[in-house]
Amino acid sequence: MEEMIYSRRKFIKTLSISVGSFLLLPRCTFGKTSAWRFFSNEEGVLVDAIVEQIIPTDEWLGAKDAMVTNFIDKQLVGPYTRHQEIYRNSLSAIQIACKKAFSKKFEELTWDEQTNFLISLEKNEIVTKVIDRSVANANPISDTDKTFIKNWLKNNFFNLIRNHTMQGFYGSPRHGGNYKFVSYRMIGLDPYPIMGQNRYKASSNG
Amino acid sequence: MANKHVNAIVVGAGAGGGVVAKELSVAGMSVVLFERGGWAKYDDHDQDELFSQRTTVLGNAYGPDNIHYKRVRMWSEGEKTIVLPNEGGYGNNAACVGSGTVSYGAMAWRFMPEDFKMKSTYGHVEGTTLEDWPISYEDLEPCYEKAEWEIGVAGDDSLNPFAPPRKKPQPMPPFEHNKEAQLLQATAKRLGWHPFPIPMLRNSIPYGGRPQCYRIRGCVGFACPVNAKCGTHNTVIPVAIATGNCELRINCVVSEINVNDSGKITGVTYFDEKNKKQTQTADIVVVAGSATETARLLLNSKSSFFPTGIGNENDWVGRNLQDHAYCGASGIFDYDIYDDKGPGASIAISDFNHHNPGIVGGGVICNEFNALPYLFTGIRPPGSARWGVEHKKFQRENYKRIGRAQGPYQEMPSFGARVEVDDVVKDFWGIPVCRISGRASIKDAEGTAFMADKAEKWLLEAGAIQTWKTGVVTGERPAGGGQHQAGTCRMGNDPKTSVCDKFGRVHSTPNVFVADGSLHVTNGGFNPALTIMALGYWVGGYIAGEWLKGNRFK
Repeated sequence: MEEMIYSRRKFIKTLSISVGSFLLLPRCTFGKTSAWRFFSNEEGVLVDAIVEQIIPTDEWLGAKDAMVTNFIDKQLVGPYTRHQEIYRNSLSAIQIACKKAFSKKFEELTWDEQTNFLISLEKNEIVTKVIDRSVANANPISDTDKTFIKNWLKNNFFNLIRNHTMQGFYGSPRHGGNYKFVSYRMIGLDPYPIMGQNRYKASSNG
Repeated sequence: MANKHVNAIVVGAGAGGGVVAKELSVAGMSVVLFERGGWAKYDDHDQDELFSQRTTVLGNAYGPDNIHYKRVRMWSEGEKTIVLPNEGGYGNNAACVGSGTVSYGAMAWRFMPEDFKMKSTYGHVEGTTLEDWPISYEDLEPCYEKAEWEIGVAGDDSLNPFAPPRKKPQPMPPFEHNKEAQLLQATAKRLGWHPFPIPMLRNSIPYGGRPQCYRIRGCVGFACPVNAKCGTHNTVIPVAIATGNCELRINCVVSEINVNDSGKITGVTYFDEKNKKQTQTADIVVVAGSATETARLLLNSKSSFFPTGIGNENDWVGRNLQDHAYCGASGIFDYDIYDDKGPGASIAISDFNHHNPGIVGGGVICNEFNALPYLFTGIRPPGSARWGVEHKKFQRENYKRIGRAQGPYQEMPSFGARVEVDDVVKDFWGIPVCRISGRASIKDAEGTAFMADKAEKWLLEAGAIQTWKTGVVTGERPAGGGQHQAGTCRMGNDPKTSVCDKFGRVHSTPNVFVADGSLHVTNGGFNPALTIMALGYWVGGYIAGEWLKGNRFK
């Protein structure tokens, strides 16, 4: 896909500019290549699954195909740089929790299991549930992991990624989401008034 | 090389400052008009909802930006939070030539006579600093008229029985209602109310050498792509520049008003577009930076003559910060009432601005500006799904079926709602930033409940199948400071309980004036832009008139 090639190039560009800040990030293995600017390939798969839960595919594209992950990834090395830490850690905490409770990755859970997981996260009940389940499974969580998920599995992360998903799906395609104005077409709105040079902007997906 | 001395400096090229610069330069005075931003261009952001002046999640389209600016919010006693310009608590007004008048919704309200006499109308309200203005509606009427004709307003007040008396009609005919407003018009009449088209600083016909509005969906929050929205940037400021007497100095940030060894105010210090510190001297300094930034500049101008800042002898600068308590209702209809005719807001009722039983003040109620798709994700009846397939379905099924009516409830001024300058946090140039603290109006719970009730009644009568109230205040609300910010340099006759006199001159100086919403004693139950413009004519007209008589404000 054209967009992918574009973002990969852009990623390398971004990487060369922001090596400094990359070194400061926790749990970041430097030197690995990723299709994304901020996310690792593994994180990208997880974010795809979460955003697809927030805006699922029905007769219209869901958030994953509308390139919402691309939107979030792009903002995380731009205006949302301040959210890098919570994304990196909370995504990691989700996978630890899923491994302990289900012995699977989040994206490997059934659709309903994923939904229930996110509902519990939204209600701030996920940590207790994961601990209970890991005990029942005889798959106990180490104290380090317990502290980590207690710190990072909170509804503030859910609210953040929920808002970012809405922005990516309903905002302007120039920021990398809302692929070909899918949400506007779904609502029945014409995209921008096409005037002058806008006709070029309106057809691009940053 | 030193800057050439001028007659007057105007700080801030917004609704107030742009008008003052024009009034002074047309009178032959030499003027430097400072603006911290540059010229805003529609093409920079076109219809990008996430990067506009209304939804600012990715930044403020026309400034201020997150690199150079920040503020401190005290959400509660002793709890300091740093807020960036695109975050909710900052209370930004656009940093560009024209400021908010570039991207506003452009409602063109005259305050009502009662709005200038709130204390006389309602008596003393415990826990507030409610007071009358030192000027009346009649005093300001000619200035409203000038603002309407020189900047451009479309409207017809003869349709509003509560409209204050006027000598001349608005210069352009009102806009035709969109589908939602047509429905609400018939409904309001059935309810015995008095609906009328919202007066707008927008061209309903070609006016001022600019074209007619073509009813774009995203108007509020954006610069106009065809220049049909009337602000100071495309009217009075170009007139001021064309006189040859006014130099507009953009991307310049004024940090301090200068005082010499004998206590005389001599001009300002500013950082130019290359961030170099410079001085500009003048006979007069007019501050029009918005209620928050004007207070900040006065408070940051400390000297042995003004140890707590200019005009702050009695600790009144920055006090009485007001905004509006927006409230109303939304309703779902079982057919499409949205016809994509921008900007959405079209019809108003002024039946509930004043004399409501048991309520101090009130406010105008209007149908709302269009909510673009991201903003619409937050418009849901209580208890709705926040995400998932239900949320998505609601979005597509109801985007065109929701009607909204809202209005600005007039806040009661509160002495504790204030702007200070922080002793630690500084901006990019090292200038101490605004610190906003205190709680807003103590009367807004009753006021917002009352107005929301009327708005809901309106939508129900119009046939909404489900309605819910919005913006009803429960408990304490933190002090405002949004785009309707006002009140921090109150005008008054008594120097002990106000900052400026009735012509906007800071009581304790001969030659510093304020000309923006800071002067508002109270903020009306209306969007304040036209009143700020009218105050620009009031203050600017006074200075120019005195100057021509030989007064040099020494």
